[in-house]
Amino acid sequence: MSAIVKLDQVFKSFGANQVLKGVSFEVEKGEMIAIIGASGSGKSTALRCIDRLETVDSGTIEVCGMRVDAPDVDLHRLRQEVGIVFQGYNLFPHLSVQENIMLALRHVKQQSRAEALSVSMAVLEQVGLGNKADAYPEQLSGGQQQRVAIARSLAMAPKVMLFDEVTSALDPQLTGEVLRVMENLAAGGMTMLLVTHEMAFAKRMADRIIYMHQGTVWEVGPGEMLDHPKTPELQAFLNNGL
Amino acid sequence: MDFSLNFAPLAPYWPVFLLGAWLTLKMTTVAIIVGVAVGTLIAFLKRSNHRWISQACSVYIEAVRNTPFLVQIFLLYFGLASLGIHMPTFAAAVLAMIINIAAYAAEIIRAGLESVPRGQIEAAECLGLSRWRIAWHVMLQPSIERVYPALTSQFLLMMQASAMASQISAEELTAIANTVQSDTFRSLETYIVVACMYLALSLLVKLLAWGCGEYLFKRRRVIRRATMEAARRRVPSTSPYQPKTAAKAANSGSTS
Amino acid sequence: MIGSFSWQHFFYLVQSIWWTLVLSGLAFLLGSIGGFAVLLARISPRRWLWMPTLIYIECVQGIPLLILLFIVYYGLSVYGFALPALVAAGLAMMVYTSAYLGDIWRGCVEAMPRPQWEAAECLSLTRWQTLRLVIIPQALRLSLPPTVGFMVQVIKMTSLASVIGFIELTRAGQIINNSIFQPFLIFSLVGAFYFVLCYPLSRWSQSMEKKLNVSNR
Repeated sequence: MSAIVKLDQVFKSFGANQVLKGVSFEVEKGEMIAIIGASGSGKSTALRCIDRLETVDSGTIEVCGMRVDAPDVDLHRLRQEVGIVFQGYNLFPHLSVQENIMLALRHVKQQSRAEALSVSMAVLEQVGLGNKADAYPEQLSGGQQQRVAIARSLAMAPKVMLFDEVTSALDPQLTGEVLRVMENLAAGGMTMLLVTHEMAFAKRMADRIIYMHQGTVWEVGPGEMLDHPKTPELQAFLNNGL
Repeated sequence: MDFSLNFAPLAPYWPVFLLGAWLTLKMTTVAIIVGVAVGTLIAFLKRSNHRWISQACSVYIEAVRNTPFLVQIFLLYFGLASLGIHMPTFAAAVLAMIINIAAYAAEIIRAGLESVPRGQIEAAECLGLSRWRIAWHVMLQPSIERVYPALTSQFLLMMQASAMASQISAEELTAIANTVQSDTFRSLETYIVVACMYLALSLLVKLLAWGCGEYLFKRRRVIRRATMEAARRRVPSTSPYQPKTAAKAANSGSTS
Repeated sequence: MIGSFSWQHFFYLVQSIWWTLVLSGLAFLLGSIGGFAVLLARISPRRWLWMPTLIYIECVQGIPLLILLFIVYYGLSVYGFALPALVAAGLAMMVYTSAYLGDIWRGCVEAMPRPQWEAAECLSLTRWQTLRLVIIPQALRLSLPPTVGFMVQVIKMTSLASVIGFIELTRAGQIINNSIFQPFLIFSLVGAFYFVLCYPLSRWSQSMEKKLNVSNR
C-alpha cells in the first residue's frame, strides 16, 4: 500500500538559515499524524512544503501520486487534494461565513450556486455552525472562526488535511471545540497531519507522533512514545512543557 | 462706500445655473467611473514583477500628482491642438480629469491592496483559486471597502477641480458663472450663488457616495444591524449576587 | 506668428518661479496660523466655537479654490479696494489653507489615544496644559507627513492665481504661449518646473510616513 504523503530527504533553507535538514516520513491513508517540536525545529515549514506554500531546495515530496517538488506540478489539482488550515484562520473578512465556503466551490470546483449552497450548509453542520451561515467573521469567536476555516477546507473534499498550529491562537475554552471537530474528522477516516502543541490530544488521537528537532525527524512512534522518550532531546522538550 | 448685495438680476438665470451644475455633475461622474477603472488597472500594474511596467506606472503617477491640474488641462487641450488634434472642450476636460483621477486612485487602491494580509492570499491559493479570482475576490473587494473614504474625498476634490475646465472654455458651472457675471455686472453675487451650488453638489456627491457604499458593502449593513439588535435586546444579568438582597442580609445580620 | 522658444523665454519662466514660491510661502505661513486657530476652535468643547468652525471648514472644503479666489477678488473690488492680484490670491489661499490644515491637524489630535488625556487629567493638568504639553507634541509627529503633503497641494494651487492675472509660473507660460504658440513645449516645461518644486516634498512626506509606520509597529 503506497503512502498518500511521502517526504524523502527534504532540504530547505531561508537565506542562510537551513530550516529543513533532510526530512523523511510517510503518511498512510486514514492516519492522523501529529508533528511536535520546539519552535524553529522546522515543523511548520515541512507542513507548508507539502502544499507547496514553500518550495524545497532538494529532496522529494509526493502527495496522492503527484510530485510536489517538481517545477511543473499541477497546483490546481494539488490544492484540491490537499486542504490546509492556518493558525490565523485567514477567513475573508468581507464575505459571510457561507460565502467564504462557497467561493472556491463555485470558482474552482465550478459548482452551481444551488450545489455550493448545499455543500456549504452540510460542512457547516458538520462543524456545528449551521446557524451562523450568514454571519460575518468579525461577529464570531476565535474558535468559531477556526471551525469555519476547517469547514472551508473540508468543503473542497480533500484527501489530506493539514493543520498548522490551529489552536495556538485560541484560549483553552475555544481550543476544545476545535479539537472536537478534528476528532470527528479523524473518526470519519480523513488523513490528517497536524503541527500542534496539544500534547494530550496528540497522545490520545494520533496514530503516530513525529518529533522534529533542528530540522530533521528525531523520533517517531505512537502516543506512548511521549511517556517513554528514547532520546534526551525529546525528554527535554517534554519537560519544558512546550 | 456704497455697498449692497443685489441678487435680483440673477433670478432669471436660474435655469442656466442648473444647467451648469448638471454639466459639472455629468463631467465629474464620467471621469470618476472611468478614472477609477483605469486607476485600478494601474494599481495592479504597478505591483507587476516586470520592472519596466512598474517604473512606467510610477513615472505616470508621480508626474500627475506633482503638477497642477490647470497645467495638465492646458497641456492636453492646447498641446494636442498644436499637434493637429482638436477635441471638443468637454471631452478634453473629461479626459484630463480621467488622467488625473486615475493617478490618485491608483495610489489609494494600491495602498489598499498592500494592506491585505498575506495569510488570506495564501489561504485563497490553497483553496485552488486562480490568480485573477484571488485578485478580484480576496484583494480588490476588501481593499475598495477599506479605502472608500479616501476615494470619496478624492472624488470631491476632483469635482472642485472641474472648475478649472472653465479656463479652456468648457461648459460647466464656473464657465457659466463667468458668463452670467459679465452679463449682469453682479460678480460677487454670482460667485456667491455658484459657491452655494458647489456646496450643494458636494453634499449630493457625498450622499451618493454613502448610498453606493451602503449598497456595495453588505457587510457594514449586516454588522450595524446586528449591533443595534444586540443593544436593544439587553438582557438583565442573572448573577447570583444581587445588591438589594446582599444589603438586606447585611442589615438583618447586624440587627439580629 | 509661431516663433521659436528662446533663452529669454526660458529665463522669463524661471523668474516667475520666484513669485510662485512667494505666493506658496505666504499662503502656507498665513494658512498655518489660521489653521492653528481653526484647530483650537474645532476641538473646543464649547458649542459656539466648534459649530461655526465646522461650518467654515465644510464650506471652504466644498467650494473650488477658483470660486473662492473670484469671491475674494471681486468681493474686494466691490468694496472699493482695487487690490493687487497677489494680495487677493494670498487672502483666498490663506482661507483655503487654514481650513484644510486645520482639518488635517484636528484629525491628528483626535488620533491621540484617550488614555493620554485621562492620564493628564488625573495629574490635574488643565485642558490647555494637556494640549500644550502632552497632546500637541505627540500629534505634531503624526501631522508632519500630511502637512508636507499639503504643501505640495499649495504649490500646485498657486497656478490658479494666473486666472486673476498674477504673474506666476503658469501665467508666465500662458503669456509666452500667446506670443509664440508652442503650447506643447511650453506647458511641458512649466509642468517640469512644478515637478522639480513638488517632487522632493512629496518624497519627503512619503519617507516620513514610512518612518512613522515602522516606529508604530
